Amino acid sequence: MSILGNRVVRKEDPKFLTVGGTYVDDIELEGAAYVTYVRSTMAHARITSIDVEEARKAPGVVAVYTGADLDLEPFPPTMPMFNAAMTRPWLATEVVRFVGDPVVAIVTEERYQGPDAAELVFVEYEPLPAVVDPEQSEGSDVLLFPEAGTNVVVELAFGRSDDLFDGCEVVVRQRIVNQRVAPCPLEVRAAAARWDDGRLTHWASSQTAHGTRDAICQRLGLEPDQVRVIAPDVGGGFGAKVGGYPEELLVPWLARALGRPVRWVETRSESMVGLGHGRAQIQLVEIGGKRDGKVEAYRVTVLQDAGAYPQFGAMLPYMTRLMTTGVYAIPKAECNSKSVLTNTTPTVAYRGAGRPEAAAAVERAMDLFAAELGMDPAEVRRVNLIRADQFPFTTPVDTVYDTGDYERALDLVLDAAGYSDLRAEQARRRQAGDVRQLGIGLSVYVEITAGPFPGEKEWGAVEVRADGTALVRTGTSPHGQGHHTAWAMIVSDALGIALDDVEVVHGDTDVVPTGTGTFGSRSLQLGGMAVHRAAEDVIEQARQLAAELLEANPDDIVVDKVGGRLHVAGTPAVSKSWAELAGAAAANDGGGLAAEVLFESTMPTFPFGAHVAVVDVDTETGRVELTRFVAVDDAGRILNPLLAEGQRHGGIAQGVAQALLEEVRYDPDGNPVTSNLADYAFISAAELPSFELVPMETPTPANPLGAKGIGESGSIGSTPAVQNAVVDALSHLGIRHVDMPASPERVWRAIQDATATR
Amino acid sequence: MIPSAFDYVRAASVDEALAQLAEHGDEAKLLAGGHSLLPLMKLRLAAPTVLIDIGRLRDLSYVRDGGNHVAVGALTRHRDVEVSDLLRAEVPLLAHTAGLVGDPQVRHRGTIGGSVAHGDPASDLPAVVLALGGTLVARGPGGEREIAAGEFFHGFLETALAPDEMLTEIRLPKRPGAGWSYQKFNRRAQDWAIVGVAAVRNGGAGVALVNMGSTPLRATAVEQALASGASPADAAAHAAEGTEPPDDLNGSADYRRHLVQVLVRRALEEAGARG
Repeated sequence: MSILGNRVVRKEDPKFLTVGGTYVDDIELEGAAYVTYVRSTMAHARITSIDVEEARKAPGVVAVYTGADLDLEPFPPTMPMFNAAMTRPWLATEVVRFVGDPVVAIVTEERYQGPDAAELVFVEYEPLPAVVDPEQSEGSDVLLFPEAGTNVVVELAFGRSDDLFDGCEVVVRQRIVNQRVAPCPLEVRAAAARWDDGRLTHWASSQTAHGTRDAICQRLGLEPDQVRVIAPDVGGGFGAKVGGYPEELLVPWLARALGRPVRWVETRSESMVGLGHGRAQIQLVEIGGKRDGKVEAYRVTVLQDAGAYPQFGAMLPYMTRLMTTGVYAIPKAECNSKSVLTNTTPTVAYRGAGRPEAAAAVERAMDLFAAELGMDPAEVRRVNLIRADQFPFTTPVDTVYDTGDYERALDLVLDAAGYSDLRAEQARRRQAGDVRQLGIGLSVYVEITAGPFPGEKEWGAVEVRADGTALVRTGTSPHGQGHHTAWAMIVSDALGIALDDVEVVHGDTDVVPTGTGTFGSRSLQLGGMAVHRAAEDVIEQARQLAAELLEANPDDIVVDKVGGRLHVAGTPAVSKSWAELAGAAAANDGGGLAAEVLFESTMPTFPFGAHVAVVDVDTETGRVELTRFVAVDDAGRILNPLLAEGQRHGGIAQGVAQALLEEVRYDPDGNPVTSNLADYAFISAAELPSFELVPMETPTPANPLGAKGIGESGSIGSTPAVQNAVVDALSHLGIRHVDMPASPERVWRAIQDATATR
Repeated sequence: MIPSAFDYVRAASVDEALAQLAEHGDEAKLLAGGHSLLPLMKLRLAAPTVLIDIGRLRDLSYVRDGGNHVAVGALTRHRDVEVSDLLRAEVPLLAHTAGLVGDPQVRHRGTIGGSVAHGDPASDLPAVVLALGGTLVARGPGGEREIAAGEFFHGFLETALAPDEMLTEIRLPKRPGAGWSYQKFNRRAQDWAIVGVAAVRNGGAGVALVNMGSTPLRATAVEQALASGASPADAAAHAAEGTEPPDDLNGSADYRRHLVQVLVRRALEEAGARG
């Protein structure tokens, strides 16, 4: 019997729950000095002078660097299609462009000396007007990069038809704010660097060890064999720890300049402004169709806030566009976008990266359309869903979905939620004029993982060691996902070696020669597949070897997965153990039993699902309470339901948080006002009900495991479900839309406005 | 972040703490549970040069029956207040509200004296002490004095305590048979109240407001309306009178003025139902 599909408990947890992990800041590094960054306190200003003399004399100060002291070229824009003039300095020298922009690096003997010395750095600023509102950016006289001639980073224009909605009986339009949020990994950013005889060892809190190595090589002019990057235990990333930030890449430069190890860890307050933010889109949504509920045309026009320096955030609309029409067979659809600069923290990928924004837009649009027609939102969805017999399905924006059964997901979730009973309870409360009104929110979503293009790669290797245990090396970079358990399951299932005897190693570029990393819900279907293929290769080698040793035909050799031995079919007594085979292989050619695979995908995959959120809205105060959350998430074949549910739980929690609580806010001058976890409403278990998870598995043909990604589904489906529930609770008052987060005051004001106009 | 440098003294007795306070003046701060002071220091919004740690003065951690009142030692932790049988029986409003302060970590470290002496208008317990008409006992170089709760809160984070004084005990009058309610309105369980209302009723009513001004406030207009026979709903309509609520991330002043009326009405109704 296969171990795959079982609720195997996480191999990595005993360590985390007892002695704790080893994060970058836990690495012992003898003689290390500490870096503290002095950051801009202005959103937009010209630096007229930087006085570091007092700071140099402060206790414990080893060195103080300004941008003028660095022999480093600025960071070019991260994508070739971005405006090339929008470069990012390592340390700002002439202009600061957001509160938090690093200006000075101070190196001290002890950690505590840094903040004291930082208070003695005097930066004189000549304030410039700040561009804070993205809707004001393009037309503003204020340019973040005057040499660029514009604040527009990139425009993704695919054409706009004036006649898109011709023939529609009903057209609804809505401006929707998909607000800026902060990823808030529990482990903030950290880096440490040590040089030994011209070779760098760099510890990174990263989702991409090899990506960090490549960034260091590129930025510091080093060859890959001069750099070893180690991503030890990493406490979360959510997309924001992909690649490398100037503050972390400067650490090895400082270590080289000073001839001693150097380390850096940011504070939470720094992390809230220095780590990239996510989402930050303003969408104009237009939906049109027939009175029977059939949607015929849909358009979303995206304004993306890229922040002060264009990074991946400026490309989010590209991902949004790929998923424009979601789960619906809409004949005509368009998505165009502009990404603009503002004097705020740069935006990056965050759990879903462009796809939650697409799902939020189309799911809100479906509810708006249903409300206009007076139809049940579940029925409008059903009428428009892509049918199970239409896959592979090509959407109007030319995305090709692999597999799905959206109607079944909808049926399952409505059934599990008790949809008609909920509607009856809602009607009862409305009739009674209850202070607490009930809202039922739906979303049916699809997203893209291991994409967006075919040819995504990941590396994996399996080796059977002389003692019969297995070593797995992987190019993925887990930071909470459970790859130690998942990869061990794959190998154990293939070879019959006990789970505990499979060691998984990752995140060390000296041990793992190449890799891409963990983001975009890619790891199992790419990295897991590489491990799976490598295990199959090892079996084939073992079978040949066993056949030689047992004087049998290789085709007659079978793997006994319970006993962990290979034997001749029908005669289990004539067998060889993995240890014996590994020993024989080593004696044969010295190579042992080992295989390395660079897996390459043939297509991305499209996980989908349906969510129902139930909320109580206190109509006197505007307070929203999420009382139930029911989720069907189909990520193809599930390797380990326990791990998959963990991903769903975390994703749903973050998605609910966006709908109800979280928002990065700035004052009109560009000062952040949510830069700690008291002001930024990070969600906790106390604000959430127990989730009701419904299983559903529709395998994909894209890979032999039949697996799709599960890491981001929760945060894609849940946000619009909760937002729709809030609006639904108030729809009898004529309310059609409430932007996120649905804070008590915002909801209360919506009620006030609605009752005033009735 | 790391706080600015400070000296640390651990006091072995109240007298020693007072002597240290006398020596260092306003440069010094008393450290009890640390859950208000330390975050301010880590953000470098407060930079005392001396911390006098009174956290181990176990003789100031108690709940005692004082006859017509219950006496709570200033260093009694929120969790101990929450689960005290005596308080649950005699001053249930305080025990209940202590269970709503912050989160479990905060409740196991933070102290009632620290919370009251900090005088944060957004904190739960000062308003409760105010609504109950409690008495604060302070010790200083001149000995001990009693301060009525109504005289204690002077301004934003300012109290009647002199720089060389220390809050040692909080006395809450017993009000047998009184109905009570605490309405805490916040977005997350661990947050400060956007607006909070503490109410106690038997015969007369005590109503106090959280986060409706620069200090915890007594809702005098509501109390007067009730005294003249107004219904809870009518009395609650006066809840915003004389308040100057903040305008911040969690709510505008207008919204708070609305919210306080709803919450006062609910508090009075709940207290009425319990009484």
